[in-house]
Amino acid sequence: MHIQSLRRGDELVLYLEGELDEHSVVTLRTKADALIDENAGLSRAVFNLAGVRFMDSTGIGFLMGRYKKLSRYGIKMALEAPNQGADKILLMSGIYSLVPKI
Amino acid sequence: MKLTFLARSENEVFARNVAAAFALPLNPTLSELSDVKTAVSEAVTNCIVHAYPDGTDAEHWVTLECSTEDNRLHIVVTDSGKGIEDIARALTPFYTSCPGEERSGMGFTIMQTFMNEFHVTSEPGHGTRVEMTKCFGGTAEAYAR
Repeated sequence: MHIQSLRRGDELVLYLEGELDEHSVVTLRTKADALIDENAGLSRAVFNLAGVRFMDSTGIGFLMGRYKKLSRYGIKMALEAPNQGADKILLMSGIYSLVPKI
Repeated sequence: MKLTFLARSENEVFARNVAAAFALPLNPTLSELSDVKTAVSEAVTNCIVHAYPDGTDAEHWVTLECSTEDNRLHIVVTDSGKGIEDIARALTPFYTSCPGEERSGMGFTIMQTFMNEFHVTSEPGHGTRVEMTKCFGGTAEAYAR
């Protein structure tokens, strides 16, 4: 699972790529948290999921965990470009009520 | 098809792709295939995280069985781990027995929603068996009736 970040104005876009499951989430969590810590002054973090080829409920736990971390910094969070499979799980979880899809 | 593999998280991708490959002769849509992969991933994750909580040092095994019947794919995921004391509670959406670990508690809900049939049996101290069926070909509604 790869993660790359790009500054877009006053926000940070985190591009995830790969299959998000119980195995890959361990290193992904570490990398994402480091990027968040390095950019703690931004107004919003956008997780771009276009490169996520597979995601199970582990992904929901991961995204909710990052939402809580970002909230402690006062940073908003959004999601963009999930594929159909990821979108189905995200919708079911209700996460869009906390973390909007843009 | 019967596949037995170690209960290690790196085997999840292998297990769900095996199930998907097995289903291919039934001509599933990409969406149906995604549902199967997700449900298998959830079942296998449960084995690795919950059935064998003492981690990956011991040689714990998970069994994945797949069979077809007309346009239906039957999947059975079995472990011989600690079992589930209260299945009704485990099936409750968003319930997790590990609240401090960033877990969504949606695994069983996803299996139930993404598959046409779902059944779980468990014996504490002896293991858990998850049986699921996916009906391919846009006949899921007829199948449900």
